[in-house]
Amino acid sequence: MEKFEKLTGVAAPLPLINIDTDMIIPKQFLKTIKRSGLGVNLFDEMRYNDDGTENENFVLNKPAYRDAEILVTGDNFGCGSSREHAPWAIKDFGIRCVIAPGFADIFFNNCFKNGILPIALPQEQVDRLMDDAEKGANARMEIDLENQTITMSDGETVAFEVDSFRKHCLLEGLDDIGLTLEKASAIDSFEASASQARPWV
Amino acid sequence: MSPKTLYDKIWDAHLVHEADDGTCLLYIDRHLVHEVTSPQAFEGLRMAGRSVRAPDKTIAVPDHNVPTTIDRAKGIENEESRIQVEALDTNARETGIHYYPVSDVRQGIVHIIGPEQGWTLPGMTVVCGDSHTATHGAFGALAHGIGTSEVEHVLATQTLIQQKSKNMKVEITGRLSPGVTAKDITLSVIARTGTAGGTGYVIEYCGEAIRALSMEGRMTVCNMAIEGGARAGLIAPDETTYQYVKGRPHAPKGAQWEAALDWWKTLKSDDDAHWDKVVTIKGEDIAPVVTWGTSPEDALPITAEVPDPSSFSGGKVAAVKRALEYMGLKAGTKLRDVPIDTVFIGSCTNGRIEDLRAAAAILEGKRVKDGLRAMVVPGSGLVRAQAEEEGLAQIFIDAGFEWRMAGCSMCLAMNPDQLAPGERCAATSNRNFEGRQGRGGRTHLMSPAMAAAAAVTGRLTDVRELMVEPVI
Repeated sequence: MEKFEKLTGVAAPLPLINIDTDMIIPKQFLKTIKRSGLGVNLFDEMRYNDDGTENENFVLNKPAYRDAEILVTGDNFGCGSSREHAPWAIKDFGIRCVIAPGFADIFFNNCFKNGILPIALPQEQVDRLMDDAEKGANARMEIDLENQTITMSDGETVAFEVDSFRKHCLLEGLDDIGLTLEKASAIDSFEASASQARPWV
Repeated sequence: MSPKTLYDKIWDAHLVHEADDGTCLLYIDRHLVHEVTSPQAFEGLRMAGRSVRAPDKTIAVPDHNVPTTIDRAKGIENEESRIQVEALDTNARETGIHYYPVSDVRQGIVHIIGPEQGWTLPGMTVVCGDSHTATHGAFGALAHGIGTSEVEHVLATQTLIQQKSKNMKVEITGRLSPGVTAKDITLSVIARTGTAGGTGYVIEYCGEAIRALSMEGRMTVCNMAIEGGARAGLIAPDETTYQYVKGRPHAPKGAQWEAALDWWKTLKSDDDAHWDKVVTIKGEDIAPVVTWGTSPEDALPITAEVPDPSSFSGGKVAAVKRALEYMGLKAGTKLRDVPIDTVFIGSCTNGRIEDLRAAAAILEGKRVKDGLRAMVVPGSGLVRAQAEEEGLAQIFIDAGFEWRMAGCSMCLAMNPDQLAPGERCAATSNRNFEGRQGRGGRTHLMSPAMAAAAAVTGRLTDVRELMVEPVI
């Protein structure tokens, strides 16, 4: 997995609540058997008109935000379907950090497996970051995972929380499966005792 | 010993390892797999030279992409869909996992066939790369959706890295009124708690009205726990559960059945268990509901009117404005006056035999409104066969419904069953998100009986008006 240490980039504002994974990547793009190439269809139905042309009012189509690497958005981001195509599309577009008052559980997990940092902050702090993001291409924020801080374009700093294990995995770019396989003997012994206790499983 | 919830008990029974920081490794008893969220996981496994650790505990079925037309044996027209289903065929055969191909009469929606075949049992941990895995919680199994990276993790290790969730109790007291179903319970709970109300929790549904539900109804309730944001929904097993499970192909038999039963009977929350959040709703207060917006929390009794955005607060004001525009609805319109174009009965929420019985009971001797498109998509080949045997299929056909083969179909419209832009659908599925049933399509969620009533009148309808003995 790609490491996440520090990120300095443009933050795009998307002030909508309950953005679901169908909005992030509609189902017609789930037919791929690859993880890559989904960025062009990120937020497809909001981003493109019916005739396939770009909707110029959508934030990621505005010149200031076309290269955004951070997304500041509304509560309950990523609700709905478990599709990991959602974080794949976000990452493929070039966004590595999403900031919101809250995230849906499965999407939140999926981000960490793909080198994306989801940051949950109280609404009033997200509101301030949203205002900063509204400034356009000058709204460059710095995300420092090691020190757990976001520095806004005016130099003001906001601290954030992150689970220590997930932080460690992101900073080091660790592969979960490799880590778990180090505990193979614990899995073996669990399996042995569980098959005694619950042989019908 | 400190008192425990059902969730605590299942968790403890599957804990392989707990790190100092609380990160846990949980053993997975059943891993269900479908074609959309698994190809990258199998590919990842191959690239790393890893194998499937427990093929016997892994069950695969294609459901999202499969055509549901009668002539589907001729193959899948859409090339990408076909490739995805073929990839599952190949992956299943190469790894030796249990597999139900499209040609198998037992094929169907993964969350319908798991219980149907007896793969899902009380006290198990069940995962699938699909958010509606919550369905299996109806058996008192800890069941939830995972992403594709986690699918790969479970394939390789039969475990999942987890943080424990908090405990939430949702109690539905008393009895349901005539015309009110499990779907109305689950939508009413989400309307109360909001789609993020369950985030960070595992919900246990309890109370007299839940106990009175069949397994089919309980699956409908748990299925939508995810729409309330919860990691999982649970219902403690009881006689209803045991009766459903007994005799299923993969259920324990003989002495093992007795041993299993002994353990299952311990699977309930202790009386003095701690709950981090409690929601109580009176069964008598629940009405037949429909959704009017683009989030499952946008549910109201059918007797209500489309709400005004200004009656909400915070970010919901803008969200409701957007939703009404998308849905083509005006505040103040009676929900019963909203005309529909399409009816979809099916999905992992409401594609089981009892759902088809409820819809058929309304449709018997009636006709679908002229010009309306209506389809029934049974949740599995076996549900379809049973409905044919019971004469339900003929009722649907006589009423003017299309009688389809099993699959996810128009719930998420990955196969050719889709809404056109602006089309409005009465649907028994689980999500009314923008574009869910097709770009620009408008979805109203409701129970199978309510969808059947809407098919007859051509508008959103209070099912109680059409019941054999009208109740209002």
